[in-house]
Amino acid sequence: MTATSARLARAPQRRSAARMGSLRGFAFVLPFLIVFAIAFLAPIGYALYLSLFREQIIGGNAFVGIGNYLQVLQDGKFWASFLRVVIFMLIQVPIMLGLALVAALAIDSARLHASGFFRIVIFLPYAVPGVVAVLMWGFLYGQNFGLAADINNLLGSRVIQPFSPQWILTSIGNINTWEFLGYNMLIFYSALRVIPVDLYEAAELDGAGAFRTIRSIKVPALRGALVIATIFSIIGSFQLFNEPNILKTLAPNVITTFFTPNMYAYNLSFAAQQYNYSATVAIVMGVITGIIAYVVQLRGNRSETR
Amino acid sequence: MSAISSRSDGLRATRSPRNPRKSLALTLFMVIFLIYSLVPLFWLVVNATKSQRSLFTSFGLWFGSDFSLFSNIHDTLTYDNGIFLRWFANTLLYVVVGAGGATLLATLAGYGLAKFRFRGRGAVFAVVLGAIAVPGTALAVPTFLMFSQLGLTNTPLAIIIPSLASPFGLYLIWAYAEDAVPGELLEAARMDGAGELRTFFTISIRLLAPGIVTVALFTVVATWNNYFLPLIMLSDPSLYPLTVGLNQWNAQATGVSAQPIYNLVITGSLLTIIPIVVGFLILQRYWQSGLSAGSVKQ
Repeated sequence: MTATSARLARAPQRRSAARMGSLRGFAFVLPFLIVFAIAFLAPIGYALYLSLFREQIIGGNAFVGIGNYLQVLQDGKFWASFLRVVIFMLIQVPIMLGLALVAALAIDSARLHASGFFRIVIFLPYAVPGVVAVLMWGFLYGQNFGLAADINNLLGSRVIQPFSPQWILTSIGNINTWEFLGYNMLIFYSALRVIPVDLYEAAELDGAGAFRTIRSIKVPALRGALVIATIFSIIGSFQLFNEPNILKTLAPNVITTFFTPNMYAYNLSFAAQQYNYSATVAIVMGVITGIIAYVVQLRGNRSETR
Repeated sequence: MSAISSRSDGLRATRSPRNPRKSLALTLFMVIFLIYSLVPLFWLVVNATKSQRSLFTSFGLWFGSDFSLFSNIHDTLTYDNGIFLRWFANTLLYVVVGAGGATLLATLAGYGLAKFRFRGRGAVFAVVLGAIAVPGTALAVPTFLMFSQLGLTNTPLAIIIPSLASPFGLYLIWAYAEDAVPGELLEAARMDGAGELRTFFTISIRLLAPGIVTVALFTVVATWNNYFLPLIMLSDPSLYPLTVGLNQWNAQATGVSAQPIYNLVITGSLLTIIPIVVGFLILQRYWQSGLSAGSVKQ
């Protein structure tokens, strides 16, 4: 502060104006910062604090340093849940983003009848609350009066078992794809629309066909949007909770209390009352997510400048 | 990046001078996407017209022999002394105060960051952008633990306070304000002696309108669809929002004293999505242009 004031003292008239501008700008941001501090920074700080303690039978609440973190790293349940969301992510995210990309390219191609209608309808599921989406798909998957039951009746067999251990991740992945396909489609579509007209004209002069244009112009222009969509989808996969937690009532034996890291943290808090350990699990997951999001961003930007 | 060109549909016509012929094959292929998006919603509408018994006896994707939509709606609204209406009112409260407040705070802050240079601006940016990557659900458990220390759990504030902070909303407004509000205009207003707040509420807010509508829609969706936070914060059913309430109804179907009310779960789900779907359809022109500005800016 003092260094700046000294430097500014040389220009007394501009100094007060600059400070006023600075104060005004800060005043606009301040209300947000207060709420942000309560809703984001304080819980993170509190979780960090909690993660350093442990409730012990002898001695009560004791400081254990990084003891809880060491325990998480050796926790088979945590790694099982982590592995599950990683597998889920590696399969579901490429499928969803691939479909979203196809939809965005088709709608942008100007060769589609009623493209505005397609755009809004494909986006519509995003507006459906996640809980309602899971309830609907849960009914559709159901053996009582769902579509799965109808198909099985038709085939005279029991081929489709959405709640069996082999199918459950696919069933959840389908719900997620349904919910977020249109959202990602819209992100891609928005990026496609700002490609300058001259690029298309140049491509046409060069005799490039539709697919060549997609490969050489559209996909490179989508790189930034792809990076963003990938990061959001990775975060979404890592914090998977609603879908498995609601489906749990329908498939109680398949979906365990540590099915995903978030369900594990939730159940540690609310079923087992292990608050300190639960906070540690939440922090470890947050850090892993942050690192992966950062790496994806870094790689995405690097290939952009290449 | 010329974000502005993306905002008006009229400019698009010039983009493709050859204006290619519409392709029937492509349209038919894309119909698969349409069907996929619509089947669950169609199923919901169809099955909201069936009585509990007819749900089990009729084909899922077509109407049954009876038409019980109105009696289903009646039963949904009156079941358990009209608890559904209570949940609906709670949801409205959380959405209006939570999403409304979040939109206002994000707009003020995004605008402040875009149009003023001040000390600590870079730090605010770094922290807020970093927060976008923090999983909301990872925060929920620590927030619950903190709020229970403060005695805030099982109150409406436990839902409203966390929804007030929307880093993504701030980011969208910032990206939008950079281009939509010219610095010269603000300078001119200052020369005329208008205060910053007055300038903001009379001039800037109009220029920012599409961005604000976008943020409002996304925060409304986030609060309307909020499930995890109310699930852990609230134990009193009379404070539940629709999402938690509906899932509780659904869970009634299993367990020891099972009393399935599937028809009410289905009709309640339909009633829950109608307002938000209608809102999206009516306001689509606004949020689509606002979203494109946000996605163009990295």
